[in-house]
Amino acid sequence: MNRFTFVDCTTVAEALDHLKQGSVAKAGGIDLLDLMKDGIVSPSMLVNIRRVKELHGIETSEQGLSLGPLTTLSELAAHPVIQKTYTALSDAASHAATPQIRNMATVGGNLMQRQRCWYFRSSEYNCLRKGGSECFAQKGENQYHAIMGNEICAMVHPSSTAVPLMAFGAQVELTSKKGKRTVPLNEFYIRPDESLLDETVVKSDELITRILVPAPAAGTRSAYQKYGEKESFDWPLADAGVVLVMDGNTCRSASIVMGVAAPTPLHAKAAEVVLAGKTIDEATARAAGKAAVDSATPLEQNGYKVQLFHTVVYRTILLASGQLKRDPSAVGGMA
Amino acid sequence: MQNEELELQQEKSPEQGKTGKDAPVHVPHKKDAHANPAAPPNKQASVAKRTDSFLYGIPQLGLSRVERQVPLNEPPPMPANADLKYLGKPTPRYDGVAKVTGAGKYTADVYLPGMLYARMVGAGVPHARVLAIDTTAAERYPGVRAVHVIQHVLGNAELRDPSKERPSRYPIVRYMGQPMAAVAATSQAAADEAAALVKVQYDPMGFVVDRDAARATDAPSVYPGPADQGGTAGGGGGPANVPQVGNVHGPERKNVGDVARGFAESDVVVEGEYYTQVQTHSALETHGVVADWKAEELTVYASTQGTSSVRNELSEIFKLPKSKVRVITEYMGGGFGAKFGAGNEGVVAVELSRKAKAPVRLMLDRREEHIASNRPDSHQKLKIGAKRNGTLTAIQLTSYGTAGVGTGAGTAGPATNMYNCPNLLTEEYDVFINAGPGAAFRAPGHPQGCFALEQAIDDLAEKLDLDPLEFRGRIDDSPARKVERQIILEKTDWRNRHRAGADPGPIKRGIGLSQSVWYRFVNLNSSCEVRISKDGSVELMSAVQDIGGGTKTMLAQVVAEEFGIPPQSVVIRIGDTRYPIGPDSGGSVTTGSISPAARNAAHQAKQHLLAAIAPSLGVAPDQLEFKDGRVSVASDPSRSYSLRQAAAKMPTDEVSARATRVPDYTRDKITYGGVDYVELAVDTETGRVHVERVLGVHDCGRPMNPLGVISQINGGILQGISYALFEQRIMDRGKGYMLNADLENYKILGAREVPQIDVILIENYIAQSSTDAAGIGESAGIIALAAAIGNAFYNATGVRMRRLPMTPARVLAALGKTDQEMHA
Ligand SMILES: Cc1cc2nc3c(=O)[nH]c(=O)nc-3n(C[C@H](O)[C@H](O)[C@H](O)COP(=O)(O)OP(=O)(O)OC[C@H]3O[C@@H](n4cnc5c(N)ncnc54)[C@H](O)[C@@H]3O)c2cc1C
Repeated sequence: MNRFTFVDCTTVAEALDHLKQGSVAKAGGIDLLDLMKDGIVSPSMLVNIRRVKELHGIETSEQGLSLGPLTTLSELAAHPVIQKTYTALSDAASHAATPQIRNMATVGGNLMQRQRCWYFRSSEYNCLRKGGSECFAQKGENQYHAIMGNEICAMVHPSSTAVPLMAFGAQVELTSKKGKRTVPLNEFYIRPDESLLDETVVKSDELITRILVPAPAAGTRSAYQKYGEKESFDWPLADAGVVLVMDGNTCRSASIVMGVAAPTPLHAKAAEVVLAGKTIDEATARAAGKAAVDSATPLEQNGYKVQLFHTVVYRTILLASGQLKRDPSAVGGMA
Repeated sequence: MQNEELELQQEKSPEQGKTGKDAPVHVPHKKDAHANPAAPPNKQASVAKRTDSFLYGIPQLGLSRVERQVPLNEPPPMPANADLKYLGKPTPRYDGVAKVTGAGKYTADVYLPGMLYARMVGAGVPHARVLAIDTTAAERYPGVRAVHVIQHVLGNAELRDPSKERPSRYPIVRYMGQPMAAVAATSQAAADEAAALVKVQYDPMGFVVDRDAARATDAPSVYPGPADQGGTAGGGGGPANVPQVGNVHGPERKNVGDVARGFAESDVVVEGEYYTQVQTHSALETHGVVADWKAEELTVYASTQGTSSVRNELSEIFKLPKSKVRVITEYMGGGFGAKFGAGNEGVVAVELSRKAKAPVRLMLDRREEHIASNRPDSHQKLKIGAKRNGTLTAIQLTSYGTAGVGTGAGTAGPATNMYNCPNLLTEEYDVFINAGPGAAFRAPGHPQGCFALEQAIDDLAEKLDLDPLEFRGRIDDSPARKVERQIILEKTDWRNRHRAGADPGPIKRGIGLSQSVWYRFVNLNSSCEVRISKDGSVELMSAVQDIGGGTKTMLAQVVAEEFGIPPQSVVIRIGDTRYPIGPDSGGSVTTGSISPAARNAAHQAKQHLLAAIAPSLGVAPDQLEFKDGRVSVASDPSRSYSLRQAAAKMPTDEVSARATRVPDYTRDKITYGGVDYVELAVDTETGRVHVERVLGVHDCGRPMNPLGVISQINGGILQGISYALFEQRIMDRGKGYMLNADLENYKILGAREVPQIDVILIENYIAQSSTDAAGIGESAGIIALAAAIGNAFYNATGVRMRRLPMTPARVLAALGKTDQEMHA
């Protein structure tokens, strides 16, 4: 039964007043309403933050980007500075979900959306995440599940924007009535081995009030690529964000994040090591792609995702370095 | 009336074969099933006839004329499309604007005063005896007006010997989500919430939701004895009285010649196994009704493919005379074979309306829709032998498929009916599992059957070192497909295609094609009335429904052609059983069945008009001519009147005529088909398949509205790509629950998966009725696409895809990029 009160707020202070036990912030409402309709969450109060002006807006400066958490994915995708300087972020925002959803979905909500797993998202299954004693995916239908860090819970986090934001070293500003704190996105998501009941470090009385992306070093190039079963209206089977700091053809440092490989977005550290100090060419990119999946532990039905991540990592590296103009498998026919 | 009974049953199509418990079913793979179901000879003999000369054949092969005996009041033979004004010309959808502006009212848009909203309660376990159903909490819930507990479930197979099962107060649960009860309340929210309060106590039994596992001798039995699917109007059902061992029902065996001898005589043999998945219908509009029970009449607004089928089933179940059951379907949001008869939702809504004394709306939600019906899956073993000269010597097909708790998973239609082969053995088995029942689905059995057959034919061509198109030319008698293959040769790069797997690099392109076959069914329950009013306005009435195929538009064109007035000026009132009876729309029967009735009624109404005004013009009726929308006196062309002027001279305010479909002029075996050509690219490092271009060349008798026909083919091609690459029901083997009963994880192709599509129609005059029209719904791409994609995939990669859908998981497995095999 979904009985709840709905409060419309116009300031952060007002919203924080309402954020207490049982209430939950509503931004675009895309994920929240789905979870409520499917009987997975049943908050007693929805705190609508969509009209809070101070949480909107994209600011660019020499220090970097400052994103209001209510920035929609469409706004991210269309912003000229983001397109030019933070290419992986606009690419990710423009390839998530559908045009209609991107017009409603906010970047704050996108980072905070719950993981994907059809067992978790069906009220038929009382899984570990819901206080049960079993991860149904381990022996069940697991073709879309995690291939890494999946021993306890094999859900995947599908946030497309988290992938490049993490690769760019973004920070998240959290505000509660007690004050503000800033958390690196790298430490934002909680792995199943740390806790099964919390998925992020955000407390129930906190709001994301800003997302900060440091200005990239000179010579930075970035790219993002996502593969689904289909292009329209689909969740990623594999996605990757790559940020390279280049010195001519040589890669000074690489930051590579994989999306739905694990229960949280994951740095492909082994791949980053392969690239550091190397000339980027197809061979090094492929070597990095292979390194990215070396530690994979696929389940019974998702072994193919290992191949997909291998491919998405190597091709996104080549896209970022400019050696591939577009992914040959991208929309509009293969190159 | 015995003859008439016989006649009606004879021409049932596979999609609409079952309206009563024991009505005979024509499954399309029975060779005799597609013989033209004209009236029995003794009946035909009793009708006075004249001889007319008809256009015959395919323009590309040269048109000829044939003589036919036709009933005396048939209108004159219709000329070729080129010589017509409105028929055969692209005509925009009659109700297109109403549909896109929302003015068109679908079932879910119907609001009646005091209307209640209903929700069904589905079984929470896949297999159980029900010990108790407690509805007290639901009954007490605020806003609830009626609760109904289902006593008999439609759609499930029925035990041949019911004593094999211990009697039970409630229906045995055989699949998760099986309708159990329903609640009607003053709001949808209240109904949903109250439905969740119905408590069911189960005594669970073992279950199985995997076709392969269900075949094992120690698998839990879905039925405790032999069972056959009957008692629904959903069609698609399989053969009765075949053997059944455990969950394996069959085989239905068909044997022509001697396959052993055929294989012994062959020079080359191909043999392969093919797997196809369960596809759910996923019509945009879910199943549903608004039922209004009143003492004087039961009125039901239904999302149905057959207004008559709903009326028949409701009148049978509620013991009401048909004259007191009215079914209305003005706008319909798709059915694909899943919506015949009242369905569980229809029966339940009527029960609730009767109890609550108020109209009740019951629309399935998306989960229920996915569970209510499906296209069965298949595991096929196909072996074909041929001689060096490219003639077939033997075809042997064994298929196992699951229609869940139903039957009808046969796939032998294409293997039986497409090519010339003296020796044929097909054995079709249904495998029961604890999942929702299969139903007819756009060309039942044929996409599955073609996926195997047409890939095997390509393999055979390769072994014979023959071009696959050329090879098909040697074994296929159909003149239409001959022309279609020729067009493909002319319009594509077929001759220059590279050898299989020739592209270097990870992206590999390929081209391929497949043929399809479908059958001519005619439903004589097809009547129309045409009225002319004194102001010159013309309207047509029939109970036939337009399920989205463009029936209204086509009827407007038929009447327009007869009167020489624009189609937009004709008013079409259909989808209401108060009008003359119409055919159920299944098996591609609608256009071929109803258009001759429409033309004949229009023609006769016109004769009535001439007869009515002749006296005031001082001439005999036969001196009046009706041409190009004008009535003129033959001997004095200066005396010419518009339809409006002529109608104004009528002594009464209205003339009308009613006509019913007469049997086809001959009993020839007639099939339709098409050849679909595909260009695609395979990314061998991601397993993604992009269909880049499709050329479909198709025939359907006389194309009545090319725009409508092409639209059907576009839809069939897209549904075929979707079936080949994306769609699949995913059952949790641990719990028997459908995990993707939504439109998020049940993946249907979207805008970005749409390739360039070109469609070419050929005219095929068969001289069978006053319009010579035929249907296109089934042969419109859905049959051939998966096979054509499979053949193009092979041309691209040199690897055969034997499993559908071709997702990255399956493609990478087939390419050897992962050692896991997806279960199918
Ligand atoms: C068909 C489909 C396909 C999709 N495909 C993709 C995809 O490819 N990639 C992808 O990334 N996403 C995808 N999505 C998910 C979609 O992008 C997210 O659901 C959406 O971004 C959530 O944003 P929202 O503003 O609607 O969040 P809401 O639904 O409003 O909120 C989600 C959660 O975030 C919390 N929250 C929101 N804002 C704040 C804040 N400022 N501070 C603290 N907590 C907050 C809410 O309390 C809630 O718990 C898809 C969705 C659908 C339906």
